[in-house]
Amino acid sequence: MLETAHPIHKYLRSSKKFPHIWCAGCGSGIFMNALIRAIDRSGLAKDDIVLVSGIGCSSRLPIYVDFNTVHTTHGRALTFATGIKLANPALKVITIMGDGDAVSIGGNHFIHAARRNVEIASFIINNQIYGMTGGQCSPTTPHGVKTVSSPYGNAENNFDICALAEAAGASFVGRSTVYHTPLLDRLIDKALDKKGFSMVEVISQCVTHGSRWMGLNSPVDMMKWLKEHSLTVEKAKGLGETERKDKIIIGIMADLDRPTYNEEYDRFTR
Amino acid sequence: MKKPDTAKQMTIARLLLQGNEACVKGALAAGCRFYAGYPITPASEIMEAMARDLPRAGGSFIQMEDEIASLGAVLGASLTGAKSMTATSGPGFSLMQEHIGYACMAEIPCVIVDVMRGGPSTGLPTQGAQGDVMQARWGTHGDHPIIVLAPSSVYDFYELTIQAFNLSERYRTPVIMLADEAVAHVRESIVLPEAGKVAIEDRAGPTVPPEWYIPYADPGSGIPPMPRFGDGYRYNVTGLTHDVRGYPTTRKDEVEPLISRLFSKISKDIDRLQWFDSYYTEDALVTVIAYGSVARAGLQAVKEARIKGMKAGLVKLKVLWPFMRQTIDAVMGNSSRILVPEMNMGQLSREVKRVNRGNCEVMTLNKYDGTLITPLEILRKLEEIYPC
Repeated sequence: MLETAHPIHKYLRSSKKFPHIWCAGCGSGIFMNALIRAIDRSGLAKDDIVLVSGIGCSSRLPIYVDFNTVHTTHGRALTFATGIKLANPALKVITIMGDGDAVSIGGNHFIHAARRNVEIASFIINNQIYGMTGGQCSPTTPHGVKTVSSPYGNAENNFDICALAEAAGASFVGRSTVYHTPLLDRLIDKALDKKGFSMVEVISQCVTHGSRWMGLNSPVDMMKWLKEHSLTVEKAKGLGETERKDKIIIGIMADLDRPTYNEEYDRFTR
Repeated sequence: MKKPDTAKQMTIARLLLQGNEACVKGALAAGCRFYAGYPITPASEIMEAMARDLPRAGGSFIQMEDEIASLGAVLGASLTGAKSMTATSGPGFSLMQEHIGYACMAEIPCVIVDVMRGGPSTGLPTQGAQGDVMQARWGTHGDHPIIVLAPSSVYDFYELTIQAFNLSERYRTPVIMLADEAVAHVRESIVLPEAGKVAIEDRAGPTVPPEWYIPYADPGSGIPPMPRFGDGYRYNVTGLTHDVRGYPTTRKDEVEPLISRLFSKISKDIDRLQWFDSYYTEDALVTVIAYGSVARAGLQAVKEARIKGMKAGLVKLKVLWPFMRQTIDAVMGNSSRILVPEMNMGQLSREVKRVNRGNCEVMTLNKYDGTLITPLEILRKLEEIYPC
């Protein structure tokens, strides 16, 4: 008999018409596996989990997995998630957004969800590009690079999503890449466990469009690039501005214990 | 001086309420337990009363960062089974349009109150208008059905808000309450019906075990049962065209039936959605068709016209969309002339003209300067067009 011992088989939707939409070599699948492993470890029941996403490649993830899932509008995942958590605080609410989704069209919702400290575990899959629409630059695309919507070079500066989340008031902030899967596992565990708003930025690769500005041809090369360009928070501390430049700082940026929105709302309205 | 009859006072709860306050009382009576909104004139009183009253009713309230977020939160809350609503005015209503389409597509019950003010853009924030009739119908992109109700008094606002929730729950569709500034801010003394006297409808949940549940399969009524998140019926909700299981599809044999069902689940009940009040219409040669605060002026004008010997009548519409063609057809069968006064450049009158089969003359009276249409203005117009 066929062995189906891999935890993913418990969580994938058997009724879904596969294949999924992700290109071969995309980082979204690595994140999906990591998320499923973390949920499996957490002991949370499938019925108690609500997975909410926006629009974009990574936001297709909830469709494939067997939870209560909402594939919302572009940038608005956190607004739906907020309503869900307030109306039924017993549910574990998780959001999955892309970089354009979370910090461009949904930027306002992102900072306000962090500010309110609603208990939502949010994951931003940052591949520094609009992949689904054909490789336009996003608010996290590096300055100067050429994309289809910045054919002469990107004149804009890019967001540091973790710094943004921290400043806005998130209780837990971390960053990993899809190459550093043990760290990714650890961050997801912590985010799922956090009382309050948590945000994990997952640096990923877009093999179809991101490869153009990176000048790399294969997913393997791109993941090697992620490895070589990453620095842990601890190592980065002792380094100067020039040495940190163009590096991906990975690890835990903030881990605070603050009362959640639900707790405060209950306290004030009781 | 005669002593007040305290016993009588206790049985009849007469309240002096503003339209916006009556809306909140109606919503709570209907079972609303979640509100998300953003401050905007002239709808803010709805939000303020909700912030005060919802926690006491066991619900929750949140002031969101904008109107897009407000309706997003409302839809999220509704997915957990909470009857949910928001309220806004023109600019905020414009921002909500994408999520109205999402609610239509994903079939999430919700009530959206739009207290209309003068537009376009920031327009006339503190003054009345009826300029959002077409936006309420077609504001979100793509073919979609919509239910829009229009109150013309404080009591109407109470009663129609309950009905808005009922329709929303029954058809799994967003329902829009299109009030105007005058109806929202006028204070009237009203008697609320006793609790339990007004029927309250709740969405139908699945009657099969989770493993048999197919979220968007047509059970025959066109309205699929809707479980609450957390109850064991795990399914996918999406704004993409989806198959019966809720998964995205581009297959034409799945897209067309979905869009058709979204329409037919409401249009099959069009007979049940002819909500209007008629006054002096039996022998009317000219009939005023009006809604909102204009219908109040219309009734006064018709009464005065009757005193002057004119056979004038009034039909006050409570449902604007889907357009009550049957009702309008009946009016056109009786009267040779119809007057549609509106606080806009002629939005509902276009629809009245559209269904006119030529047996009637449709006249308009339009005002868009921020002031109300008065009974005298309607009376003068009736005198001008009265067939003699």
